[in-house]
Amino acid sequence: MIIELGVNAVVTGLLLGGLYAVASLGLTIAFGLLQIPNVAQPTFMVLGAYCACFGNLLGVDPVIASMIFAPVFYLAGMIFYQAYFVCFERRGRGNTLQGFTFFFGVAMVLEVALILAVGVDLRSVDAVYIGKSLTIGFVTMPYRFIIPFVIGSAVGAGMWLFLTRTHMGLAIRAVAHDANALRIVALNPAQVKRHAFGIAMMTAALAGAALIVVNPVDPFVGREYIGRSFAIVVLAGMGSVPGTLVAAVIIGLLESLVITFVGATWAPGVAFAVLLATLAIRPSGIFGIAR
Amino acid sequence: MSGWRFIIGVLVVLAGGAMLTHEVTNAYVFYAGFVALQYVVIATGWNILGGYAGYVNFGSGAFVGLGMYAAVFLFKAIEAPLWVQVLGAAFAGGVMGLGMGYLTLRIQGVFFSIATLALTVVLNTVIVNWSFVGGARGATVLAPPPPTWFPSTISYVFFAMLVLAVFSIAVARWIEKSWIGRGLAALRADEQAAECSGTPTLKLKLFAATVSGALIAAAGAPYPYYASYVEPASAFGLAIALNALAMPLIGGTRSWIGPLIGALLLSGLEQAATVTIPTEVNLLIVGLVLIGFVVAAPDGLLGLFDRKPVKGRRQ
Repeated sequence: MIIELGVNAVVTGLLLGGLYAVASLGLTIAFGLLQIPNVAQPTFMVLGAYCACFGNLLGVDPVIASMIFAPVFYLAGMIFYQAYFVCFERRGRGNTLQGFTFFFGVAMVLEVALILAVGVDLRSVDAVYIGKSLTIGFVTMPYRFIIPFVIGSAVGAGMWLFLTRTHMGLAIRAVAHDANALRIVALNPAQVKRHAFGIAMMTAALAGAALIVVNPVDPFVGREYIGRSFAIVVLAGMGSVPGTLVAAVIIGLLESLVITFVGATWAPGVAFAVLLATLAIRPSGIFGIAR
Repeated sequence: MSGWRFIIGVLVVLAGGAMLTHEVTNAYVFYAGFVALQYVVIATGWNILGGYAGYVNFGSGAFVGLGMYAAVFLFKAIEAPLWVQVLGAAFAGGVMGLGMGYLTLRIQGVFFSIATLALTVVLNTVIVNWSFVGGARGATVLAPPPPTWFPSTISYVFFAMLVLAVFSIAVARWIEKSWIGRGLAALRADEQAAECSGTPTLKLKLFAATVSGALIAAAGAPYPYYASYVEPASAFGLAIALNALAMPLIGGTRSWIGPLIGALLLSGLEQAATVTIPTEVNLLIVGLVLIGFVVAAPDGLLGLFDRKPVKGRRQ
């Protein structure tokens, strides 16, 4: 009995890790690589969830709907970064009290705007795979967990290939190292960052679909993900995509085990404990280089 | 010097507050005044770390909630009087500020802010699971009759909050004027340069985090008597975290006057707004004003007024 419970908890945790991975990959780029503390990323994910829900009302599958919305998020991200760049980075005030506060303010305004626009009720989506599950032996895997896991793995793999195999990906990793060096090779660091931030925002649309497939969504759910995704990015080692996947699975596993064996009400504390432990013991994270 | 003027001002405010508790019969004055003064304490406390040292604390809601629940715990456990509750809350807040600081302030500054972001969720989790202080259902606190000098409980907690507000401003002013404030200003401007020229940056940061945490938590302590009911969902709400940030930034973070101005403005706005528009719209306005100030006037209202003389001196 306890073994069955444990195995099911481990499997659920692994699948949950896929959701957490796609929810955190945007921050891996924005915060890990570009050093932009985008506190609003999880709130944009919630916005993405509502977009998927909106598409679903029109009869489109939530995941497909999020892919349709992804380019819009990409453009919005570029505009958002440009605003941040003009207001803060160009004046040399990036990553300070003001820059951080700016994103916090944006997150709050977006959350309140969502509350005013759609209300505080939980919204969910309909799709053929919701409510069914895959059973192998005594292990039960609901499809509403498998789909986000697939999205997480696909986005993670795609992101890794993009960052390591393409010219733009190389430029993004270079801008994280030394923005001024890019000028020497005739690349505009702000332009590279704009694209990277757009891509980070694009993952928010996909993460939103994954989020609303797993559970019904209300405007407040983003708050839980702020701590969780920062914990994952820090545990991963700043800016490491494979690290993000591993860290997301670790947090997913720990939360799932806590839910099964300790109690569901304690789960929100897991990510925070991991975050503090990482900062205290190994601030460079699992895959990070010591700084 | 202005030190004497400050002390006289403090005495006048305290005497005026004491008189008010007897002269005014309309309880609304105390209810509204309590909130305004609570904001003053929160903004002033936040500014000691956020403004003077430049380390943003996004978890003010957690500290205020901690203060409330420390008071509830002391009340339930030993029926402690109000001043013991306030001291207990301040102690708990100081310990939490010091602990957070010790774990995260040794690394880059952003990590402190990130950790405070998650703090509210965690404290909420702990309280929901702690049945002694009411758990998710909340706790009812029936305040005992106030000391005989005060006509009602609400005027008593109002006066207590006034004392707290005056005390926190005095602390902030003292820090600002002393070598501690100069050290904090130095590390805000350039931490490495400050460290290299012999400023004990880590000690100063930890000191500021402790004092700041203690003051913000103390601001929450009289709340159970004020509302006679506390529950986690509202204790760890969003409004406090947002307001704590907005007040000093609107007023100006470099001086103790800034948070005071910001707190009075914002609580005034809130009082005017509660009767005319929904709370959400109010939060939306505060958020937009916050973004506007951060982008256009990073030194707050004080910065706007200070700008001209500075330019004049340079010419």
